[in-house]
This record gives sequence, structure tokens and C-alpha cells, in this order.
Amino acid sequence: MKAYNIHITGVGGQGIGLLSQALLRGIDHAGINALAVDTHGLAQRGGVVVSMIRCGDKIHSPMIMKNSADLVLGMEIHEAMRGLETALKKGGTLVYLDVSWQPLGVRLGLNTELTANDIQTACESIGAVAVKVDTRTMDDSRMQNMALLGTIAKQRIVPGVSKQNYDDALEDLLSGEMLRKNKEIFNAYA
Amino acid sequence: MKKLGDILTGENPFEEILMGNEAVVRAMIETGTKVVTSYPGSPTPEIATAIQSVTETERPFYFEFSVNEKVATEVAFGAALNGNLSCVFFKSVGLNVALDTFVQLGLMNIIGGMVAILGDDPGANSSQNEQDNRNVYKMSRVTVLEPASPKEAYEYYKHAAALAVKEQTVVVLRLTTHVCHARQKVKFDAYKNTPSYRTDFNSENGPYIALTTMALDMKRKSIKKLHRSKQYIRQAGLNMELASQNSRKKGIITSGLTYLSLLDVLETAAYRPDILKLGAVNPLEEISILSFLKAHDEVLIIEELDDILEIQIKAMAYDEGLTVKLIGKKEDEDYVGEYTPDKVRGKLVSVWPDITTDNPKAFVLPFDIPARPAQMCPGCGHRSAFFAIKKALGKEDVTVADIGCHTLGYMPPYNIGEVLMCMGASPGMASGLSLFNDKKRVVAFLGDSTFFHAGLPGLINTIFNHHNMTLIIMENGTTAMTGHQDHAGEEISIESLLKGLGIENVFLCDTYKQEKLTDLVKTAMRIDGISVVIASHPCMLKFTRLQRKKPGFIQKHITIDQETCNQTHDCVEQFGCPTFIRNPDQSVDINLDLCIGDGSCRPSCPQQAIDFDKGVK
Repeated sequence: MKAYNIHITGVGGQGIGLLSQALLRGIDHAGINALAVDTHGLAQRGGVVVSMIRCGDKIHSPMIMKNSADLVLGMEIHEAMRGLETALKKGGTLVYLDVSWQPLGVRLGLNTELTANDIQTACESIGAVAVKVDTRTMDDSRMQNMALLGTIAKQRIVPGVSKQNYDDALEDLLSGEMLRKNKEIFNAYA
Repeated sequence: MKKLGDILTGENPFEEILMGNEAVVRAMIETGTKVVTSYPGSPTPEIATAIQSVTETERPFYFEFSVNEKVATEVAFGAALNGNLSCVFFKSVGLNVALDTFVQLGLMNIIGGMVAILGDDPGANSSQNEQDNRNVYKMSRVTVLEPASPKEAYEYYKHAAALAVKEQTVVVLRLTTHVCHARQKVKFDAYKNTPSYRTDFNSENGPYIALTTMALDMKRKSIKKLHRSKQYIRQAGLNMELASQNSRKKGIITSGLTYLSLLDVLETAAYRPDILKLGAVNPLEEISILSFLKAHDEVLIIEELDDILEIQIKAMAYDEGLTVKLIGKKEDEDYVGEYTPDKVRGKLVSVWPDITTDNPKAFVLPFDIPARPAQMCPGCGHRSAFFAIKKALGKEDVTVADIGCHTLGYMPPYNIGEVLMCMGASPGMASGLSLFNDKKRVVAFLGDSTFFHAGLPGLINTIFNHHNMTLIIMENGTTAMTGHQDHAGEEISIESLLKGLGIENVFLCDTYKQEKLTDLVKTAMRIDGISVVIASHPCMLKFTRLQRKKPGFIQKHITIDQETCNQTHDCVEQFGCPTFIRNPDQSVDINLDLCIGDGSCRPSCPQQAIDFDKGVK
């Protein structure tokens, strides 16, 4: 399989770790060679978190070259825009949550907050496919990652990976009530 | 669910997707490592998380967080003198702390063998610098293996352990941040538990006293050990040559994750030079390197950070009288930052422009994307502390930072902490700043884990030499920044310790009591000599996580009464909790995804418009 690169980005505390691991294991369950790496130095303190996944045959480092991601997953509007600018490749796909965690500059009144409309405009300007995931009806924001995973499964965005593969990945990673709750949201979007 | 602890202790061979930091723990178990010590620090703390995923009764070795990296090294060394294979692990700058002990290790006959897993941080992802610890290994005369991936981290630990046991020495496993944090499927071997700990220390196994002429004899022995290391490196095939079909007599020498970056870049290259990947970066094994040099007209050395390999390889070529053209670092930037695939591509093209590889252009979007610096968490006691302390500080006063979550106080809106060095440096720096200085009060900050780690000598010096400063201990009851590891404060009260040191002016305050804290700091700052304020509040990230696990937990929030709010914006601009949302119409709302309902923000509102949300179901 040709190399396929996924750049996942958001803010520390949004549950990127579980999303990244579920994707990696889902890809593995589909029998595809895969590598991943997390960058989470000060992630727990509200900084940017990036996780990268690479799959296919001729892949070596888990780190994706700039603007070479086939898929960017943005868990937050500003980070989705940053991922779009620095990581997405020409003609790539952006799947993002319509969620804003205002960066410091916006809260201090120094910067303008970005919106989902800005993302749509940006994607049109560079010919990227944009998929917005609405999670406003969700009670527990810490499971928004499952809405993204469900959307990816439903639209079969990662080549060769089925819903069953992601189901198996979640079974590997979670148990009991956590598994039940996460699967409920995953299934609602898948 | 696959539980990490069960995976790591399985007796049959298996394949599993693991992080580099987790894979090395399986290697510890397979090699019969008996004692493991550490002080937490990125990029290695997940090694401890993996160790702790195995219950103490199931864990086939002893593990402790020591009080700092130096003590961790000493405990592991002592345990190995008893005949137990031991391991110490910590981050890059931890070696600076451990160095006094570490440099002696090469001289010692460590009968059980010892592995040191040292995590360098190229790119300074979560460190105060990106120091290249390879600079130290030559001085310490230790063998250093450098894996490129989780699979190699597992395999190389086993090599390191085998060599350490064979030569009764220490072997370093040099990891870098994105080897530690990479995930990949790895094949693991079988393991049989042999529960036996040894207490075989005997001074006749030494000498262990490196004084006078003994120190020189011990050095001679350590040099001989390195010669034998080279034999091991050769026999184990740790330096690996990757020949291409179309090399044009061009070659590249590299190591670690940089090797994988290189392979990615070469996937789209016009031609592929031959590659020599060094699995051992100290000592350099000459036979494999010289044979590679002799087979090529031009050899490029691509190495992350400093020119350690380059200088030694050039010296080797000079001694052999080789005519091969050796290319290393040229620009200042060659010494800076992580050698990602992008960085390696840039270097490769600058040397051989005809090797041109794909280089996609970044998009230029018509939007300014605001930066997102790390923040103190919602409810963080440090935020309340900085908000309160700022009111006590005069414009001229000097604030000295230290390492920990509270370092983030240097950022707006607090701007507290104007100079930062390393762990535990603040009392010493503050003492120096206070000399000849009767106009500005010097206020130093120190975390509780750091207090025990390296803060005490500086503080004792302050007492001994009668320096004039206020120390604020930012106590959150844990080693928060690196993931909530325990520290000595579990057993030792900081207050008793300070009083035992004879410090008369010790003030205690919960940071949520902001008015009281402001007053106490003002009082403390007026005192001649040393005064200490313990500004304490439990780490709310840790606390909230524990609360959420309890059955029937309901998340509380605060609310803003929009009728009362007159948009002075003190909450969002001065208190600065990331929970506040500033709407385009300048009204302020609460981000319910973030708010933990602690209410520490309430005193920040002059109108008292912020209150607990009593409408929560």
C-alpha cells in the first residue's frame, strides 16, 4: 500500500492520545503496516498536541514531512487551521470538530478567534476536502474524539480500514463502562 | 482490553504495538534487571508508567523514584555492586545533576552490570535546552548504544544489558524524544521469571576507592573495557551497512532516528547513496567505519545536534591517510533542532543538489493563527498564587523562576519569573541578585518536588551566608509537570524541615485564599534576611482526574451573571483561566468543556458576577 499519512492535532486534555491509539490499532487490525508518534511535552498544560500516524509499505520514520499529510484531524478550530497550513498535502482531507478552545491571545483581546466558516474558506482556497463534525449535542466533551473516529469509520476515510477494525481497536484499549460509553458515541457517528 | 501490565509480563513470545518507552520495560524484564531507579522527566516518564502498570507483586524487579537523578544513579550503582543487574533512567539535563557520580561509573567494576537509559531531547520539546549528552560519554568512558525505533530500543536494551553484565560495567541506551514516544508493532521473546536478588557486595571485587594511583589504574582498566566493547559492537553487528545498487561511490554515515528520516527522504531521491548506520555512538568501532570510508569517494555525516561523530571520523580518516572527501556540518543551523525528515532533506540537497527530492510548499492562508502556549490548567493553585502575589510585588522587585508547572508564571498575564536556569537554581540565583541590592526585593519561586531535588543546598546557602530574599514554595503535592509522580514530600513535611533549618519566618497559605496570600507575601518581603512562604494547593489536574473516576461524579461549573458583569475583563485578562471565553461583543462566557467549578476565579471579579453554578443537575 502507498504511504498514507495522518496528522492529528488539538489541545492537551482533548483525548488525542486515545484517538491516535484507536486509529493506529484499527489500521493494524486491517493488516496494514503502521507507525505513530506523539508530541506531548507540555500537552497537559493546554498547549498544542500533535500525534502522527503513517501507514503503508515504504514508511520509515513516524514523523510526517511538512505538507505531506493525506488526512488532518483537527479536534479544535485553531489547531485544525494550523494543521491545514503546515501539515495537509495538496488535495488532502481535513476532518475537524466544530469546537473552539480560545488561545491565550484571543482571551487577552490581542487576536481574532477563528471559526468553522474560516476553515471552510481556507479549505476551498487550497482545494482541500473539509468534513465538519458537529458535537454540540454531546454531554461529555471528553468523548468528542469518538465522534471523529466514528466519522472516519463511516466515510471509510483511511483506505482499507473498516468500522470493525476500529471496533476491535477500542476493545483492545478500553473496558467496562468506559468502553460502553465510548462505543456508544463511536457508533452514533459511524 | 489489553492491559499493559499483562502484556509486559507475558511468558510466551508475542507481538504488540508499544511505545519505545514501554518496549524497554519488556527488555528489562527479559534480561532479569533487578533494580530500576529514576527521577521523572520528559521524554522518559512513560517508562515509569509502564513499570507501574505491573503490580508490585507481579513486578520482577524493585523500582523507585529517587529524590533526584544523582541519587537514582547511586542507588542503581549500589544495587549492581551487590550483583544485581540494575537500570537508571532519566532525561537529558538529568545527566548534569547526576554527572559527579556518572563520570565515576566507567572506572568501577560493577559486578551485576548497569544500564542507563538517558533520554535526550533534540528540539528542546520539553527541556530548557537541547544539550547533546554524547559530549559527556567520551569523558565518562562508557559504551553508548543508540536505537532508532521502539523495536531497536527493545533489542538494544538487551545488547546493553548483555554487554554490561559481561564487562561488569555501565552501558548507556541513548534514546531521543521521538524514539521514546514512537509506537510500532514489536516482536518480543519469551521470558522466565527467576526471582533471585543478590547481596554479594565484596570490596575485593573492586577496587572501589578511586584515589591517588588507584584512580589511574582504574582508568587503564576502563580504557581496556572500551576496547572490548568495540569487539562486542562488531560481533553483534550493531553498525549496519545498507548498500544501494547505484551508489556513485557516495556514502552517508548516520545514527538513531536521523537514519529513519534519511530513509524517508531517499524514497523520492534521484539516486541512493550507501548508508552506514551506527548502532553504537561511543566508542566508535573503527573497522566498520574505515571499511565504509575506503569504499567511497565522498561520505556525508548526517548527525543531529553536535558534530561528535564527524570529528572522530575525520580524525580516523586522517590517521589512515584516506583521500575520501568527508562532509559534515557547515552552517550554524546544522547544530540546531531535531533532524526530522524535512531537516535531513534540506541538508542532503545542500550537499548534493542533484539528489533533488519532493519538497511540498506550505500553504499561505489568509488567516492569522494565534499561538497556543502551554497554560496552567483550570483550577490550578499556581494561578491563584500568581494572581495574588502580583498584587504584593512592587514594580522594581525581581522575581526568579525555577523548573516546574509554575515556570509558566513568566507568561502573560502574570509575568512573574524573569530568569530561569535549571532544577533548584532559584535560591542561589536570588542570593546573588540580592547582593548590594537594598532597593529591590528578590523573590524566588521553587516547586515542592524541586525543593527536595536540588533546592535544598541553595536554601541552606542562603541561611549560612545570610542572604536577603523571600522564597515562595509553590507546593502542589506532586511532581505535576511530568505526570504526577510521587516525591519526598509524601514522607517529609517541608514546613518542619524549614523550621528545623532554623528559618524563623515561615508562612503557610492555601493559594485559593488569595487576599491572605497577598498580605503574607507583603509581610514576608518586608523581613530582613530569609523569609519563606509555602503557597500550597493540591494539583487540580490530578485531583479532578481522581474525582471523575468516582461513581456518581457530577462536573460542577461556575457561572457569570451577565446582568452584573460590566466587562472589566479582570477574570479573562488578569486572572487568565483558560476556561473564560471572550465573545466578539466583549461579553465573557464559560467554556464548560474546561471549567471544573473550583471557583478560584471568583475573587478576580470586582462586581462579584462570578459564582458557583447552582443549576447543575
